[in-house]
Amino acid sequence: MWGDAVEIAAVVMVPGSQARLDSGFMETSVLTSILCSPTLASSQQQSHFRDRGGSHCGRGSCWQGFICVAAHIPARISGFLAQNQLAHRTTWSDNIVSGHQTSIMDRLKCTTFILFLMLVASLLPLGGHASPPEMGTGNGDTGHKPNYTKKAFPVLSFDYKNVRIPFEISLWVLLASLMKLGYVPPCQQPMALNNSLSPRGVGQCPEASVKLKKASDTQRLLTVPLRFHLIPRVSNIVPESCLLIVVGLLIGGLIKFVGEDPPVLSSKLFFFYLLPPIILDAGYFLPMRPFTENLGTILMFAVVGTLWNAFFIGGVLYGVCQLKGVNLENMDLLSCLLFGSVVSAVDPVAVLAVFEEIHINELLHILVFGESLLNDAVTVVLYHLFEEFSSVGSITVTDVFLGIVCFLVVSFGGIMVGAIYGILAAFTSRFTSHTRVIEPLFVFVYSYLAYLSAEVFHLSGIMALIACGAVTRPYVEANISHKSHTTIKYFLKMWSSVSETLIFIFLGVSTGGRRAQLELDLCDLYGVIGLTLVINKFRIVKLTTKDQFIIAYGGLRGAIAFSLIYLLDKDHFAMKEMFLTAIITVIFFTVFVQGMTIRPLVDLLAVKKKQETKRSINEEIHTQFLDHLLTGIEDICGHYGHHHWKDNSSDQIKAHPFLPLFRLNRFNKKYVKKCLIVGERSKEPQLIAFYHKMEFKQAIELVESGGASKLPSAMPSTVSMQNIQPKKVSQDRALPQVSKAREEEIRKILRTNLQKTRLRLRSYNRHTLVADPDDDGWDDFLIKRNRIKDLDKMSHMTHHLTVPAPPPDSPTIARARLSSDPQAWGNKPVIEDIKPVTGGIPTIKVELASPQSPESVCVVDEFKKDSNEQEDGLVMKAMSLVSKKDGTGEDDIEPQQRLQRCLSDPGPSAEEEEDEPFLP
Amino acid sequence: MGSFQSLPDDHHYRNLSKKTGFSLEQIGILHNRFKQLSLNEEILRRDDFNKVQDLKDNPIRSQIVEAFFDRRNFHKDGVGSMEEIGFEEFLTVMSYFRAPALHTTEEQREVIRRAKLRFLFNMHDTDNDGTITLEEYRHVVEELLSRSGSLGKETAKGIADTAMLEVASISVGHMAPDEFYEGITFEQFLKILKGLEIETRMNIHFLNMDTTVLCK
Repeated sequence: MWGDAVEIAAVVMVPGSQARLDSGFMETSVLTSILCSPTLASSQQQSHFRDRGGSHCGRGSCWQGFICVAAHIPARISGFLAQNQLAHRTTWSDNIVSGHQTSIMDRLKCTTFILFLMLVASLLPLGGHASPPEMGTGNGDTGHKPNYTKKAFPVLSFDYKNVRIPFEISLWVLLASLMKLGYVPPCQQPMALNNSLSPRGVGQCPEASVKLKKASDTQRLLTVPLRFHLIPRVSNIVPESCLLIVVGLLIGGLIKFVGEDPPVLSSKLFFFYLLPPIILDAGYFLPMRPFTENLGTILMFAVVGTLWNAFFIGGVLYGVCQLKGVNLENMDLLSCLLFGSVVSAVDPVAVLAVFEEIHINELLHILVFGESLLNDAVTVVLYHLFEEFSSVGSITVTDVFLGIVCFLVVSFGGIMVGAIYGILAAFTSRFTSHTRVIEPLFVFVYSYLAYLSAEVFHLSGIMALIACGAVTRPYVEANISHKSHTTIKYFLKMWSSVSETLIFIFLGVSTGGRRAQLELDLCDLYGVIGLTLVINKFRIVKLTTKDQFIIAYGGLRGAIAFSLIYLLDKDHFAMKEMFLTAIITVIFFTVFVQGMTIRPLVDLLAVKKKQETKRSINEEIHTQFLDHLLTGIEDICGHYGHHHWKDNSSDQIKAHPFLPLFRLNRFNKKYVKKCLIVGERSKEPQLIAFYHKMEFKQAIELVESGGASKLPSAMPSTVSMQNIQPKKVSQDRALPQVSKAREEEIRKILRTNLQKTRLRLRSYNRHTLVADPDDDGWDDFLIKRNRIKDLDKMSHMTHHLTVPAPPPDSPTIARARLSSDPQAWGNKPVIEDIKPVTGGIPTIKVELASPQSPESVCVVDEFKKDSNEQEDGLVMKAMSLVSKKDGTGEDDIEPQQRLQRCLSDPGPSAEEEEDEPFLP
Repeated sequence: MGSFQSLPDDHHYRNLSKKTGFSLEQIGILHNRFKQLSLNEEILRRDDFNKVQDLKDNPIRSQIVEAFFDRRNFHKDGVGSMEEIGFEEFLTVMSYFRAPALHTTEEQREVIRRAKLRFLFNMHDTDNDGTITLEEYRHVVEELLSRSGSLGKETAKGIADTAMLEVASISVGHMAPDEFYEGITFEQFLKILKGLEIETRMNIHFLNMDTTVLCK
């Protein structure tokens, strides 16, 4: 049995892998030979077991074989790698160090492939329930059989049954993750995009390896992305979801072929485990602003649009069924309507999967996505309504009225439940300051509870989750530590992406071998277009025909519809099987045809895409400015428009659209914030946060890119602070300009040092997490920074940049000196030289006046010089950093500086040794 | 509804409607609000804006109020600021925030865009010299961050400087150390805010429904 399975698997898979492995014949042959060996081994094992006879042949042998495969895996890999090494005439260590792309790729492929086999193998016993008990129990049987020779104490026992379910789950998850790994979204393959017609993928690997060889330092290895293309060219055309479904189909077909029942995406699994992470992720990261701005439209689409679609599709379906010659006369109107209601709901999972990839503009994205989220309530209500009606048989006007009431209850009830749990979560997070490690858990657990509680009453769980996520986020973010927040973000993303992958794979698996039937989906298109025409009357930003079309086209169907149909009671709905087939067809049609063509269509229609470039600071300022302006004007003219319900105040707490009962902002500020947010620890205003982020990013980018040539045009180093100062003095222009080569050299030094620092920082963080989970470096840094600023007097704060008349030539001289001897920064002689120069700056006088140890002077001066250098050559990113330093006591300077040095841009100095132990 | 139909100066409204593009209904509503703010007088003073409760929380409150009294917003070459404004001026300022019509040509959009940006520019350019100087820009950012305490004040300076530097480097390019960049001209202002799509964002949804009763 097992042997057959592996043989079949080998036969099935090898041609496929041959096509996929692009490294040539060698690997394929290796793989084939590898595959053969366990097959043989396992069949031998099998026969051996049969000889031993008795009760444990079926599954026991099967798992023995499985163990064999497992045992062979390391051997296989090593053998395979040995071959590989021979072929490339490199050593193994070389392979690792140079990060030889092909070998990594092959290894990964190999792993995926093995996993694939393991998965199939693990599924085999699923069908084998009827087979006799397995080895573990067999061992236990010895007591009952006196004639059986007493066995020695089992040194190695085998009990797969114990671990089967978690083991299989892990295998599925692993498969899903590997699939995720294997798919490189098109936006990450710039080379392939430029020239998608020519065969790429393989070509990239030599390129990458050459690049790697050029880079002598091994650190570079980390920066080169691992380009592992499962199917390199296909990923340009096909969205990930399609590929996953195909993979699922393959697995399903394989399982079917082997003769087992493929696991079906059961509704329980889907609704309780796979769906919530995705929805929570969507709700938690819901872009609040565009969502609230377009809430009206989204609701319109979600409610009216879905209703319209449901009835239209149901009606048309009924009409078609009544036609002569279709053989579907027994289909009643309610079933049709039920099907219509299920099929009319746009699926958030599918929409997210496809729309994330095509980078469409924000407005369209939020419209389609918001619709897909909110129409859940409509679908759930319609579904239950029709289900109920069709079992009762007759509909009265009261029923319709109750249905409408039910809709309101379901949607608002869901929101209420979500909001309650959200507030609870926020409230709990107030008290977690001493147990930082479990903070993230609260968010997850409360949200999941919200979902489940909503489901208890058949309220809309999706709405509850979204409400919970959206309500929780601003308060939790203000309460919990930076690290916990990162944890939440990563966990959400991780869970959602894995379950998304699993959903698509399962969709494929459960489809394996179904009959297909054509279904019309066009009416949906008409419906949406018709709707947008109506909608246009209520919008400020009108939708163009193109946008309408994309919205209509983007309405993908997915696993929710499938699960709902699957839930149907077979007694009431004789057509369940047909419905299932139909819904699968619709899903496949939308995901494959529409999902694949939507990108070319977006290009073709030249729909506005998302701005790839980051906002400039001017735009950010004016975005903020506009918000306040518009709110102000609305206040003046007394309209409570869009702007009242969104974040107006420059501080952090966002207004929630879900409680539009009174003036939220003030309410929020007065009461809610006090209850839910602990203490004074408030976040930075958006603009300031943006600025800091920009500052930080520029510092790193600048140093890493190694020169102005690579800098974005937003910040060329040609214009410096001097040029825009109200009063500008530059008498000493005679000083020679620093040559490009010199500048390059300085940058190189900076770069290497920054890289070291960053490495050090990373490993350091790892230690602190273990040692002291409460530590929160960045926050400490900010707090300290604020405190120092508060302490400072204004006069001290004025850095020489902002002093009207800076001393002549100080930056330039410093720069010249730097360029003349970039290595000698930390050395005393240079400092002695510098002192008189920098002494002219008002701020440095503080240090000069106070007697200090030479060491500290060195530190200060070196830092000063650093900043000077930056202002000149690299232009002004150190302003705030520098100003922070001035006028503080020495105790404050020390830790402060080290942080700054990590964050901004350190020069080499004596301090380097001090940190050395952290380096591996 | 009945409130504006009974108003005597229907002709006056039609004129205003032609000038500002508001519908008669909207003008009626805005007039009600105007009278509410001015305590049933025909003129509006700066003090009257203090009565708007919600405006108190607005960090750029003073700039918004100033914009209502800025002559440049009423006539092409107006200079200085007024002490009091009538309803027509009030409506004119409001008309800067009207959404563009559904079907507009590219040129019309450009005109709207320029008008809206000019309004913003005038808000920044307080001394009316045609450029936003560093001082003025700093002031803008400071006001914007005025709610975030001392932290905001210092950072505001840094932000304004960075922003100014960005404008300078985009619009002027290379500058010798002795050159001086006076400030942002209107053309440069247009250029740097190109990505902002101001014509679709600087809009207010003027209701066709009278909500003055709800306001304090």
